[in-house]
Amino acid sequence: MTVEKMGSVPLYRSGDRVRVRKAAPLGHVRTPFYIRGHAGVVERYCGAFPNPEELAQQRDGLPAQPLYRVRFRQKDVWPGYRGGAADVIEIEIFQHWIEA
Amino acid sequence: MIERSHHDMGGLPAGKVKRTEHAYDDWELRVDAMMMLLVGVVGGSKRMTVDELRKNIESLPPADYDKMGYYDRWVISLTQTMIQRGVITTDELARKLAQVEKRGQTPFSRRQQTRGG
Amino acid sequence: MKDSGRYEPYSYFQLMEVSLRELLVEKGVVSEDAIAGAMAAMRARGPERGAAMVARAWLDPAYKARMLANGTDAAEELGFEVPGLRLIVVENAPDTHNVIVCTLCSCYPRMLLGIPPEWYKSRPYRSRVVREPRKVLAEFGLKVPAKVRIRVHDSNADMRYMVLPMRPAGTDGWSEERLAALVTRDSLIGVAVPVLPKKSKTRKS
Repeated sequence: MTVEKMGSVPLYRSGDRVRVRKAAPLGHVRTPFYIRGHAGVVERYCGAFPNPEELAQQRDGLPAQPLYRVRFRQKDVWPGYRGGAADVIEIEIFQHWIEA
Repeated sequence: MIERSHHDMGGLPAGKVKRTEHAYDDWELRVDAMMMLLVGVVGGSKRMTVDELRKNIESLPPADYDKMGYYDRWVISLTQTMIQRGVITTDELARKLAQVEKRGQTPFSRRQQTRGG
Repeated sequence: MKDSGRYEPYSYFQLMEVSLRELLVEKGVVSEDAIAGAMAAMRARGPERGAAMVARAWLDPAYKARMLANGTDAAEELGFEVPGLRLIVVENAPDTHNVIVCTLCSCYPRMLLGIPPEWYKSRPYRSRVVREPRKVLAEFGLKVPAKVRIRVHDSNADMRYMVLPMRPAGTDGWSEERLAALVTRDSLIGVAVPVLPKKSKTRKS
């Protein structure tokens, strides 16, 4: 589903398991490379915000995109992670970067 | 590699954190102030978004990105954005740079070369 | 670099700042007064504002609950103007330690705490704290025991973060002001925790 078709309606809730899309597009992107392709759990819905990818290109970034805090286990994200098994990384993921 | 932008560094290897602190000079605070005014967050006339500032910083050549100080990157990116937005032109900037340089220094230029960081 | 006279040449970047500012002022896009005002406002922002929120939360459980539910409202409740800030406060606990970073640039709750430290914006911090937080924290002198869970928060989009550290033991009966003085900028980022100053024989409690 495209950004435009999704609109501003949040599709996910706290506790939902989601996976970040794996893609390497051009332009201004706020989904860090290291988290793409990984699965985590929605910690909270943050609200809908204009899409920074579009704002960076002098466009209005509307419809606003739902933004979520997603929690990932560090041992899932980093091969050979040497910290605690319960360690997590929490990062904001826009809805259009979540695999449908 | 082109697929991963130079600024997108989470998880890459790096050296020890140098716990540098930096008392900001007036020129740096002026850059900060101009940015705040131009994105419209503290009044002022909104001419750009912070996203454009970030995009222009991310577009800096990698070696420059690494070598430049924080506000060095900001002032270059801010000026690029103003050109992209048509608030100033390249020609206006060229003439102004020459004019300022010819005028010589003013008291607030009394400062060491800005450090990278 | 030695001073060779009263003045030194502009760097290219300083030259750019003067030139950009003069062009913008000439065109009426900004004014020198507005720039001076914005500079003064930024100088007035600093970690003591976050420390005040933490001290209030330590003393007032209802305020703490409000702060954890909505950090921005909690800042405004104490009289801090934080235009555009969407603040999430994350709480340290005996089994959890929080640390904040922006891997993509240097996002930080500036409108509350002022400009972030240089190291926060540096390559080593931004690259490594997400991947090896314990090692980076140890470099800051903070040893997090293995049984304590670390939550790293990468402020990569619209939210901004501040840590609510645990109140140190041995502070019973302390005033709000005295408690706030324990809360350093680094403890609000999560690379340190508040510690009591070293005891001296003459210290009054």
